[in-house]
Amino acid sequence: MKGSRTYRISFVLLVLALLCSWLLNISSGSVNIPFTEIISTLFGASPEKTSWEYIIWNYRVPKAFTSILVGAGLSLSGLLMQTLFRNPLAGPFVLGISSGASLGAALLLMGVSLFTGYTSFSFLADISLAIAASIGSFLVLLIVLIVAQRVKDSMALLIIGLMFGSITSAIVSVLAYFSSAENLQRFIFWSFGSVGNLSVSQIFLMGSIVALGVLLSILSIKSLNAFLLGENYAQSLGVSLKKSRLTIIIATGLLAGGITAFAGPIAFVGLAVPHLTRQVFDTMEHKVLIPAVMLYGAILMLLCDTLAQLPNSASVLPINAITSLVGAPVVIWLLVRKRKMMF
Amino acid sequence: MAKTGKNILSISQLSIGYGSKTVANNINFDLGAGMLCGVVGVNGIGKSTLLRTLGGFQPKLSGDILLNGKPLEKYSSSAQSKELSVVLTEQPASKNLTVQELIALGRQPYTNWLGTLTKEDKQQIQASLDAFLLNELRHSKCHELSDGQLQRVLVARAMAQDTSLILLDEPTTHLDLYHKVQILKMLQELAHNKQKTILFTTHEIELAIQLCDRILILDGKDHPFGDPCQLIEQKHFDQLFPSEMVQFDGKTGSFKVNK
Repeated sequence: MKGSRTYRISFVLLVLALLCSWLLNISSGSVNIPFTEIISTLFGASPEKTSWEYIIWNYRVPKAFTSILVGAGLSLSGLLMQTLFRNPLAGPFVLGISSGASLGAALLLMGVSLFTGYTSFSFLADISLAIAASIGSFLVLLIVLIVAQRVKDSMALLIIGLMFGSITSAIVSVLAYFSSAENLQRFIFWSFGSVGNLSVSQIFLMGSIVALGVLLSILSIKSLNAFLLGENYAQSLGVSLKKSRLTIIIATGLLAGGITAFAGPIAFVGLAVPHLTRQVFDTMEHKVLIPAVMLYGAILMLLCDTLAQLPNSASVLPINAITSLVGAPVVIWLLVRKRKMMF
Repeated sequence: MAKTGKNILSISQLSIGYGSKTVANNINFDLGAGMLCGVVGVNGIGKSTLLRTLGGFQPKLSGDILLNGKPLEKYSSSAQSKELSVVLTEQPASKNLTVQELIALGRQPYTNWLGTLTKEDKQQIQASLDAFLLNELRHSKCHELSDGQLQRVLVARAMAQDTSLILLDEPTTHLDLYHKVQILKMLQELAHNKQKTILFTTHEIELAIQLCDRILILDGKDHPFGDPCQLIEQKHFDQLFPSEMVQFDGKTGSFKVNK
């Protein structure tokens, strides 16, 4: 059997690559800090300037940690969706899941304050934002799943996902029209996507949501493998369709919704990473794919964030733009090279 | 024949269909261990519906389906997966699976929550690879296989599931004559050597007559069932198709086109 042992070397290399991209990510930023100073600070020593220590521990390390969570979680949600929908082009962004999260966030950020005048930046508001975005993504995911069972054609499914995106953005623009400038700005900044502005408590909350999603995915490994044969075959193998489908949906909703709530809609990571992973890990076994996809996603996100953080300048590009610039060509390249993308 | 007298599959007064629409009724037959049985009949008569009903994919309308003496609907899905395996007309959802990975999925009913393969699982997989001559293809992806090879892989997966009953929906479609005979011969060996009960739907009546131990003819009326020679003697094949187009020749067991 081609088990996880065969891929041990690849996994070791991936972990090393993750470590390198983590260091690269931490060592780049608006303030130029020498690499040796960064290493010694990470090992507990005090650097030349106390401000450096503050920057590293309170800004760069949390940001890098957020990137890892976002990249790993979104990629895993993409993998789950590709297996569940039996569709190589499925991903949280393409199927409108991110749009659903946006709608939830928009309704909360602009809609609620529009009707009640309530605005708050407290921890409670963070939780409610996470809940609103998760509910939004769950709803879209459920609708897409219901449609997917009637429409077997995968192209139709993708177009329906796009339509959801249009409906959402229409509602968002109506909300934006009536919203106050301040709330609108909050929403716009949220929709750019960002991994840098999260507080420790927000990171902790997002980490818990991602951990729960990962746990549910691990529990679904066996049924995910059975779904590779199709639902009828999975049923004949003793998989309880309703239960496992629901578990996978909840896992996907938690991962995509929870991450989008805090970091904003981040495009293409969920779609592109599983395909990039399969270029190296030539297996469909989810026991191998789940950790591999998460490592890949974390590395890609760290690199994208490093790019977004223009070296030695105070400007930070929207992370969403960077992932699209990196992810979209990858998808096109895969389509052209392999003709038919497979999952 | 150790298990003579004990029926693996026992069908009585079975009605099949969708909701209020009955497709076929009054189906009766029994199958013992080690029997290869073909289900024949014209298009739309209910062959696939029968198979889907027996596989537990859709509810029966009335009547009894006994699997190893126990009503099919009393089986939990995990218990059923150890007694009944299927080969469907649909292609596997992911063609990126290797032959070995796909066959290994047949062991799911027996593996732990992570799907870890034990020594016994690996032996079963190897036996399936050997029986269907797939050793050299074991690391090939399903999209690289020909139709005939893929069909062998799907049947090998059902064999790895190690169930007393295997149901196959039209295993010979899209295959040339050689591969049709090959797959049916392999099914016959599997039934006789491993004492598996195998039921398959087919349009290859002439091949079924030569290879099957039993044949069920779905004709929309009394659904004759029995030994192929017996059915020929009773002239059951003669009315299968409108006689002005094709006629059955009982001596050769084949159909002739009326010119």
